[in-house]
Amino acid sequence: MDLLALLVTPLAGAFVLAWIGAGRRAPEVNAAFSLATFAAACALAWHVATGGDATFANDQFFIDPFNAFLVALTAFVGLTTSLFSRPYMRIEAEDHRVTPGGLRLYHAMYQLFIGTMLLALTTNNLGLMWVAMEAATLSTVLLVALYRTPAALEAGWKYFILCGVGIAQALFGTILLYIAAERVLGAQGVGALLWTHLDAVKGELEPRVLSIAFVFLLVGYGTKTGLVPLHNWLPDAHAEGPTPISAVLSGLLLNVAIYAVVRCKVLVEGSLHSAWPGRMLMGFGLVSVTVASFSLWRQRDIKRLFAFSSIEHMGLVAFAFGMGGPVANFAALLHMTVHSLTKSAIFFAAGHAAQKSGSQSIERIRGLATVSPTVGWGLMIGALAILGVPPFGVFASEFLILTTAMRDHPWATPILLLSFAVAFAAIFSRVQSMVFGDTTLRRLPHSPALLPVFVHLGLVLMLGLFIPPFLATWYGAAARLIGGGG
Amino acid sequence: MGQTPFVMQLLDSLAALLLLLSFAMLAQRRIATLVELFALQGGVLCAATLLLAWRTGDDNLLLSAALTLSVKVLALPWLLRRMIRRLGVYWDTDPLLNIPGTMLVGVLIVVFSFGLAQPISALASTATRSAIGIAVAVILLAFLTMITRRKAMSQVIGFLSMENGLFFGAMSATYGMPMVVELGVALDVLVAMLVLGVFFFQIREQFDSLDLDRLESHQGGR
Repeated sequence: MDLLALLVTPLAGAFVLAWIGAGRRAPEVNAAFSLATFAAACALAWHVATGGDATFANDQFFIDPFNAFLVALTAFVGLTTSLFSRPYMRIEAEDHRVTPGGLRLYHAMYQLFIGTMLLALTTNNLGLMWVAMEAATLSTVLLVALYRTPAALEAGWKYFILCGVGIAQALFGTILLYIAAERVLGAQGVGALLWTHLDAVKGELEPRVLSIAFVFLLVGYGTKTGLVPLHNWLPDAHAEGPTPISAVLSGLLLNVAIYAVVRCKVLVEGSLHSAWPGRMLMGFGLVSVTVASFSLWRQRDIKRLFAFSSIEHMGLVAFAFGMGGPVANFAALLHMTVHSLTKSAIFFAAGHAAQKSGSQSIERIRGLATVSPTVGWGLMIGALAILGVPPFGVFASEFLILTTAMRDHPWATPILLLSFAVAFAAIFSRVQSMVFGDTTLRRLPHSPALLPVFVHLGLVLMLGLFIPPFLATWYGAAARLIGGGG
Repeated sequence: MGQTPFVMQLLDSLAALLLLLSFAMLAQRRIATLVELFALQGGVLCAATLLLAWRTGDDNLLLSAALTLSVKVLALPWLLRRMIRRLGVYWDTDPLLNIPGTMLVGVLIVVFSFGLAQPISALASTATRSAIGIAVAVILLAFLTMITRRKAMSQVIGFLSMENGLFFGAMSATYGMPMVVELGVALDVLVAMLVLGVFFFQIREQFDSLDLDRLESHQGGR
């Protein structure tokens, strides 16, 4: 019941907003649907917290600690982003950067995007997960190109074609998985693609086929996660789309993509009885962290800067899942949560900063703290949080990842530390120049919605100091479920 | 092996035809012909599915064949032809690698695909073992088509042809994916084409061309 509400609400929202999405009250309607989705997600999370794992509709959907917290997180960030997008999109419309038709498309697709991500998270069917991931791409392609500038169109095209090809590889991987599963679960086996069924028999799946399948799945979903060298679409898509879309792409879609990778990794590792899928994930992760942190130095656009920071953090998450074991998995799950909260908060602040200066160029944004202390300090605190300054949650998760790396894979520690240092210097110097100094920035016609920024940062601060017991239980259970390591 | 039943031989021939069409697409520079080749590939895929459905008596495969017919043989080529007419893109410019060179790479890809498919074919429960190698080859050849072309339109056709390879792989190895997945995939492909249709017009409004080299020039410098 909760699940049905969770999936149907965004869909209904998309239909309604396709009608009235350009209206005066559309941003509020959008926020209302997001609120309803969040309420359904909370109910579902409560269901799991009290009643444990559950499957629905003949095992087609399922919920366990691993996806429960991601569902709640997705719905929450979906809600706060819709609150942020109220003043933001109004200003964009008044600046004539978006047409009424564009606004209607934006609102409808926003709901659809959230809906497809929730479907990808809750479905038990790996094929359906693929369909939902592809639909998530499709619903955002036109949004990335919403401003119709040459750069935006290029970004949209790149996003479509790279993610399209990437995800086609993942479909092939899924087919291979199905071939192997059919042997075990019977011809036309009902549930030969259902994750819970596969998980039960993973030890019997043919290892050679699964190892080929994993390469395809990793490349496919890895493209969507933005792992180097498959990351080319990500900075463009984040920089050229409207800021609320950058926030949900970075904060949510990347999480869902890595969720898909990890679900597949569990099956493959169980079949192979070896850790090489984890090793591959570690390799991709480490390369992403290094390349992204050095690329930060070359960025002159505020949203591109934080897009590369997302690649770095997703690399770190992939690295931690690759190491496996309860502690590293716990840290990776925590890192997914805090990254998504912090990064979307940063994008909210950065979006308003760009509106104030009329440009996304870092050079042209100056003295945010004087003209608008809340935006300025929001950006500053967000940047410090994402850079892993204590006592924020990112520090806790990065510390756990580093100490585990030191114990299990000491060779990786200096590489990680160097990358953190490089990223710190790059981001801090740029943010500092944007926040302080003289200013020529304008005042905005609508007061920016900064509540989401501080709510997110407050939560990140809280997670750095104290993790609520129910969340810690989920993380622990999910970490055991993912396993690996050893 | 023993004796291979006639139906299976026929299926193998259809698979070979599919591969041949992939090579034809690789070599074809006229975009309108590319669309016809793609439609033909869909037709072969549909025929192969029907043949399997008849042999196994599986109703799901019949549905799957109907889906292929309506989406890949009728709807998508119709959309593509319309787009070509409205956008006026008839020829691809010179590919990045000349055609004989591309063909040579294509041959290497086929050899590699059969190598890759060996362990999978050994496992597949169906009698159509060579088909998996061919499916992998079709996927990779379509990929090659995509990366050697400059026009957005040819890249999209390459992308769709890749989807054909995927479907053929699924069908020959396991008698098709579960119905709900096949439906979902077909829906995604259709929506993708509609989105692209809108997108192409936006690109042309800005650039007066669908030549991707123009797009690339906007990279960097920001």
